[in-house]
Amino acid sequence: MTRPEDLLEPAVAERVLARALAHGGEFAEVFAERRGGLTLAIDESRIESVQSGAEAGAGVRVLSGATTYFAHVDGLDPADLERAADEAAAALRAERAEARPLRAEAPAPQPVERPPGEVPAARKAELLRELDQRARAAGGEIAQASASYGEARREVAVANSDGLFSGDDRTRVRIGAQAVARRDERVETGAETLGAARGFELFEDDPAAIAEAAAGKALALLDGVPAPTGAMPVVVGGGFGGVLFHEMTGHGLEADHVQKGASVYVGKLGETVAQPLLTAYDDGRMPGEWGSDAIDDEGAPTQRTRVIEEGRLTSFLHDRRTARREAVAQTGNGRRESFRHLPIPRMTNTYIAPGDADPEAIIADVSKGFYAVSFGGGQVDPATGDFVFGVSEGYLIENGEVTRPCRGATLVGNCLQALAAIDAVGDDFWMKTGICGKGGQKVPVGTGQGHVRIAAMTVGGTEA
Amino acid sequence: MSDLLALAGGAVEQAVASGAGDAEAYASEAENREVRAHGGEVESLTAATQRGLGLRVWIGGRVGYGFGVDLSLPGVAEIASRAVEAARAADEDEHAAPPEAGGEPPALGGLSDASRGEWPTDRVAELALSVERSALAADPRVGAVEQAVYFDSGERVAIAASRGARAEYETSSCYAYLQALAEGDDGRETGLGFGLARGPAGLDPEAIGREGAERATEMIGSGKPPSRRCPVVLDPTVAASFVGLLGAAAGANAVQRGRSPLAAMLGERVASDAVVLHDDGLDPRGFASAPVDAEGTPRRRTALVEGGRLRTFLHDSYTARRGGAASTGNAGRSGYRAPPSVSSSNLVVAPGAATLAELLRGAGDGVYVSDVAGLHSGVNPVTGVFSVGASGRAIEGGELGRPLREFTIAGELVAMLRAVRAAGSAPRWVPFGGSVSTPPLLIGEMAISGS
Repeated sequence: MTRPEDLLEPAVAERVLARALAHGGEFAEVFAERRGGLTLAIDESRIESVQSGAEAGAGVRVLSGATTYFAHVDGLDPADLERAADEAAAALRAERAEARPLRAEAPAPQPVERPPGEVPAARKAELLRELDQRARAAGGEIAQASASYGEARREVAVANSDGLFSGDDRTRVRIGAQAVARRDERVETGAETLGAARGFELFEDDPAAIAEAAAGKALALLDGVPAPTGAMPVVVGGGFGGVLFHEMTGHGLEADHVQKGASVYVGKLGETVAQPLLTAYDDGRMPGEWGSDAIDDEGAPTQRTRVIEEGRLTSFLHDRRTARREAVAQTGNGRRESFRHLPIPRMTNTYIAPGDADPEAIIADVSKGFYAVSFGGGQVDPATGDFVFGVSEGYLIENGEVTRPCRGATLVGNCLQALAAIDAVGDDFWMKTGICGKGGQKVPVGTGQGHVRIAAMTVGGTEA
Repeated sequence: MSDLLALAGGAVEQAVASGAGDAEAYASEAENREVRAHGGEVESLTAATQRGLGLRVWIGGRVGYGFGVDLSLPGVAEIASRAVEAARAADEDEHAAPPEAGGEPPALGGLSDASRGEWPTDRVAELALSVERSALAADPRVGAVEQAVYFDSGERVAIAASRGARAEYETSSCYAYLQALAEGDDGRETGLGFGLARGPAGLDPEAIGREGAERATEMIGSGKPPSRRCPVVLDPTVAASFVGLLGAAAGANAVQRGRSPLAAMLGERVASDAVVLHDDGLDPRGFASAPVDAEGTPRRRTALVEGGRLRTFLHDSYTARRGGAASTGNAGRSGYRAPPSVSSSNLVVAPGAATLAELLRGAGDGVYVSDVAGLHSGVNPVTGVFSVGASGRAIEGGELGRPLREFTIAGELVAMLRAVRAAGSAPRWVPFGGSVSTPPLLIGEMAISGS
């Protein structure tokens, strides 16, 4: 396990911070990172696209008034770091400012039992072959199967002029399976993933089940009908169904959007935004979850933040800058894709807490509606609250029963209305992995929930 | 020979010394600047330098890839050993082989603009601030701008391979955009304005701000359209996204692996006569233009769709060998962190004769789609079936009417292209769907799902 001082010597950090503040500024920070990873894929039953890389570098920022001055460089030599500090300070014109002495304080990283870097590449290839065989064995109509494996390690150290000196050692692994099913002219696809902030131990318990699941989705869709169109009750599945909450509510809770007036939740703190059955969290500490880290990318320990309590909006998600601006506590949500990016408020693992409804009863109460089991992804405009989701696995609900699979469905709506329209939350609960993009930065996020019902939502299908 | 090309050449030798049969190195060096403005102040100012190396190696038919940013001798040796180790984990692929030197690249001017280097940071910061100011000045209903962003980059690339390919070039690019916020009676609306150029002197901050303001304010008072099938006019920014899907479907890799809606359609009718589409790797206005592609093969201009028929697939050296065709110079890559793969360069839709007013009259009663969302989740790239979120305006009696939001447009890519009735006369370069130049398109009929 890497300690912060292995990456960034405290004496070097202090020198870099002093240089960053040479022309003034209220705050300076150096973020050092070593990152590396391996990806491989299987396609046409052949191991290919084996890619291995390593990078190291640092970003230095100086805050002065409303402006952030930021420079990043490749390399971790003291000379590289000082160059970054000089570049960040280059546009400042004030008197030298002083940094506080550093105090080392790093919480324990997420535990890793089997560091993936120590597992031979042949074992990873074997894992992909298992996935490939399992997908192809799912049925004669599986025309294509492919799968991918990825491991990444990010060792980070952060030091700032408030005296913070911390670090983290982050390992993540993830596999994905895709299948294409074909019947005459009909072609359908299915996909599934499994990932965690853990080591290779994640794959001890039947990892190839995801390939079977992906193939099963593609096969089911061969019997699919065009998705219905219009407004109707929608039941959303657990796990990755939580991406709906992530998109339609989570992004609007990120404090940078709120402070710019570009969120539908501006001025709504403490107000009722959902029915009392709904409570939700952002939790960067969930053990081993995909969006978990020991600290955020500003060195603040991650935490569990209740964002909605029984329908009432209780907290926004803050980084250092947005928290200072409102004189509230940081929430450990200052994240960045790499040393090449500035930290901004981001979700970690975001979920709707389990409710008390029986998931079967949630569906049984719907006479005509849509069951969205999982999504390909989604998008929201936090300022207007308009969102859209592509449904990757969906079914008709007819007379309280899940009937035929549907192809090509999309859900559209506005988040204030859709959140308020959630009228049932299931007592089942699980998490799934996602990759979230914002401001050109991608970070791993966890999404989760049990089955959830939205009383009315627009389903956009191909049947018109 | 530049230091960068020497570095790439040395890396190839190092890879061969480390056990590779053949190798190809891609080295790049970039200098980037970004300014984010908000509320009349510079919110952030970023300066960065990046230099990296990617090595693709072959051991027989096994391929591996390694990359890194430590470009010292031991650093390059480390990248080479990573790449060789990666190749040993791969399976034999009978079609895999290093690209051969691909002939003399064309002389290509206009890829770089001196103003990028000449404009100091305070001047480009002022440009970002003026983008914001012009949106606020354009319409009193624009109350704020979420962010006005300016970005520029100067990049040098060098490619060297053990079978002779050797090339280098330099490009610059820059863009600015903003998201304007307009306050209506029943909520907030957003509007995107953007501009692309080779350097800051080529941007019009006034026009970028105005576009954001117009797009935001025209959405005030919007409602849902009824669900129906009707004629649709696609704004160039929307048409570009669909053209980008077509470009991806025409990539031979997706075709050869049976994952493209165009797989069995070479020479077939994939669009109406109104659609003429080229992949043009040489147009200096397109950001993907360069003398050579990512494998050192000369870039060129390739007819993709003419007379409504699909004329060719897009190839890199691997798909060309596998498909018994010639490379079309379409090896693309996102940088040194990933190996090359087939991708479109700049997709250029030929303009037609109709003005926008004529397209709207041609539609009669329908929908003008000014924005789409959710393309990454709402499109099945294997089948071309899509359903995406959209906003825009009603077309009533051949003219733009009330604003519309929260609806979807759905269909199938090839069916949509066959239903194109006319291409507009005013094309625009758009950074969505890759690098695309397209006019607005009138589609005979599409499924709209609203209330």
